[in-house]
Amino acid sequence: MDGTVLSQWQFALTTVYHFFFVPLTIGLSVIVAIMESFYVAKKNSVYKAMTKFWGTLFLINFAVGVVTGIVLEFQFGMNWSEYSRFVGDIFGAPLAMEGLMAFFLESVFIGLWIFGWERLSKGLHLATIWLVALGMNISAFWILAANSFMQHPVGFARVGDKLVLTDFSALITNPYLFNQFPHTVMAGFTTAGFFVLGISAYHLAKKHNPEVFQRSFKIAAIFALVSVLGVVAMGDRQGKGMAVMQPMKLAAFEGLWDTEEKAPLSLVAIIDQDNETNSFAIKIPYMLSFLATNDPNAKIIGLKDLQAEAEELYGKGYYIPSIPLMFWTFRVMVGLGFLMVFFGILAVVLAFRRKGFEKIKFFWVFVPVIALPYMANTAGWLMTERGRQPWVVFGQMLTRSGTSPILNDRPWMVITTLIGFFLLYAALIVVDVFLIAKYSKVEPSTGDFLEPKTNNPTPSTEVKK
Amino acid sequence: MNPYPVIWFILVAILYAGFFVLDGFDMGVGMLLPFLGKDETSRRMMVNSIGPHWDGNEVWLIVAGGATFAAFPQWYATLFSGFYLPLFLILVALIIRGVAFEFRGKDENPKWKSFWDWSACLGSFIAAFLIGVAFSNILRGVPIDQKMQYVGGFFNLLNPFAIFGGVIFVLLFVLNGANYLVIRTGEPIDEKAKKLTGQLWLVVCLFVLVFGALVQVFAGKSGWLGWYSMVFFLACAAAILVSGFAQKQQKGGWTFIWMSVSILLFTFGIFAWLYPNVMISSINSLNNLTIWNASSGIKTLQIMTVVALIFVPIVLIYQGWSYWLLRKKITGDKESLHY
Repeated sequence: MDGTVLSQWQFALTTVYHFFFVPLTIGLSVIVAIMESFYVAKKNSVYKAMTKFWGTLFLINFAVGVVTGIVLEFQFGMNWSEYSRFVGDIFGAPLAMEGLMAFFLESVFIGLWIFGWERLSKGLHLATIWLVALGMNISAFWILAANSFMQHPVGFARVGDKLVLTDFSALITNPYLFNQFPHTVMAGFTTAGFFVLGISAYHLAKKHNPEVFQRSFKIAAIFALVSVLGVVAMGDRQGKGMAVMQPMKLAAFEGLWDTEEKAPLSLVAIIDQDNETNSFAIKIPYMLSFLATNDPNAKIIGLKDLQAEAEELYGKGYYIPSIPLMFWTFRVMVGLGFLMVFFGILAVVLAFRRKGFEKIKFFWVFVPVIALPYMANTAGWLMTERGRQPWVVFGQMLTRSGTSPILNDRPWMVITTLIGFFLLYAALIVVDVFLIAKYSKVEPSTGDFLEPKTNNPTPSTEVKK
Repeated sequence: MNPYPVIWFILVAILYAGFFVLDGFDMGVGMLLPFLGKDETSRRMMVNSIGPHWDGNEVWLIVAGGATFAAFPQWYATLFSGFYLPLFLILVALIIRGVAFEFRGKDENPKWKSFWDWSACLGSFIAAFLIGVAFSNILRGVPIDQKMQYVGGFFNLLNPFAIFGGVIFVLLFVLNGANYLVIRTGEPIDEKAKKLTGQLWLVVCLFVLVFGALVQVFAGKSGWLGWYSMVFFLACAAAILVSGFAQKQQKGGWTFIWMSVSILLFTFGIFAWLYPNVMISSINSLNNLTIWNASSGIKTLQIMTVVALIFVPIVLIYQGWSYWLLRKKITGDKESLHY
């Protein structure tokens, strides 16, 4: 393997890993902020216990998200120096702005939130967690603005061997961004919603502290269902956007080799990329044309024609990404999405029916559901990023041209760091899962709900540290 | 003349200086953790003194890196790909250190705590040392070819001058970490820290002077501000003297502030030597990366300037405010310890 392929593996490892933590952080910050808002509004200390219980899990997760994020910013220069030179004029700005507008906000106010329980007024303390949540979402906006440029470059001109910014407002109003940003953020909300649901369900099944976990379950049920419906709706819009902005990606994840009118949707298919055909497929007629354009008769351009068109535009080469990978990651993502809609509806029905929680026997089903958003998130990113291949900036630079030359000369350097990151990250996830599991199982005792009598606070659900 | 590359050179210098001052002292506290903290309560006091702040401090590095990318993509690309392995080690060190602060309190097993304490110590040390090595190499000049590519190896970077630079960074950070502990913690840490600062400041002052002199001799051919860098290094040493004087007067706040000023001046000394270069080629000065040939276009820099002028002051205000709100000394009182 050469420097490019190795660097791609390293990028996949470090970004996918980082994105195990980020979606939960994005969503959980909002859920914790909502819980603390209830506490401040209703002055009911059950909500304070909830805030602290979920806040502890939030912080464990946040820490790993922060430290693995620095890697990503450095990695562009380390592994993709020629890419960085090529797009630096455009791509660096959103990264710097993410730091200035978002990272400072979330990191400073998370510190105040942790340490401010006794030192800030209730309203001010509540404001700090909302600022953290705001910071997370601003951060998502800027990094996705950068990513959207790679997917669908806008607002630039090619000057010599570089891309130069010509229109900043085009960069931040990229139509691609306005599908991707809500889709991704709501996927984060969904992740957190099902996380809180699953852990609450565990405690409800064990008959732990109904006051805390019934309320948590209710909030999470609504949050998860609304979010996952949002993800699905935005996903639909993304598909339609892709038909216009990235027809190659659309045809790729549908495994559509020939241009067709009234194009069918394949539910499953056996793909033979070498012979450019699918040897077997179960199809729903008209469906792809309808989903992509709202018109069941519309013409969808197939991969062969797109390849020919690309060769005409960019010269000889192979411009089709890995079709089996695209086809199946897309189906995993969408399938899991609909499965989550089902569980979201189920949760809302259970949470709000008259009979109450006592009689429910099958709470445990929500525990494994925690894993679904993680799998869908990962599949979604693999699809998005692998579907852009062979380009690093669509239509402008091939991934192969973006690698640092020093790493092409000395692939052993990437092998070293790839192994290093792999071992470090494997160890970290073991510790993180151990801690999340440990603090998820902590049973907040009833005594914790009493407001402190004297000047002796910390009636929290936290384990003594 | 296009003023933006100059403005951004200064801004990048300020961002790195902010990183060295702020994350510097929390790395210092990290390095001192197993040495000054001899029992669990002491160690918790030390970790709690930086607990709410280290993350925000480290964002200065992220923003400095992002600003380098945005304003000087060629510098960012050459530096980060050229210093590939040291940067990998810095990343690993920063990761281990960061999770150590968060994880150490999450289990009661003494082996668990001790493991994370040493991780915080080693992580802080490796990061501080290698950042010093990296900046010393930037000063010294490294082999860069006509295509702005680094063509040296890993061990090129471990030369005596750079190692000395690494030691200086470690010393500056440890000293200011101790200064911070003096003002932010109570018994018994503050006394131990005070004793350490008393022993250390003069040594650090001398090291800075030696480093300043070595720069004049061993660093790559400077730009036209070269000699002024010595002014900054002298001013840095003077600030350490003032800090040491305040230390003798038992004025912990001033000791910390003047030491922080000295780290600012030290950083400006490094950047003054470089200006208008950002990377010095040891092969041929025609291969140097300068603020002119490494920078982004005017449009990008203009937008970035507006954003920075609005947001850097806002950040300074709320970050400063967070320090002010949490200014109470950390004591051994268990109720006030969170980590």
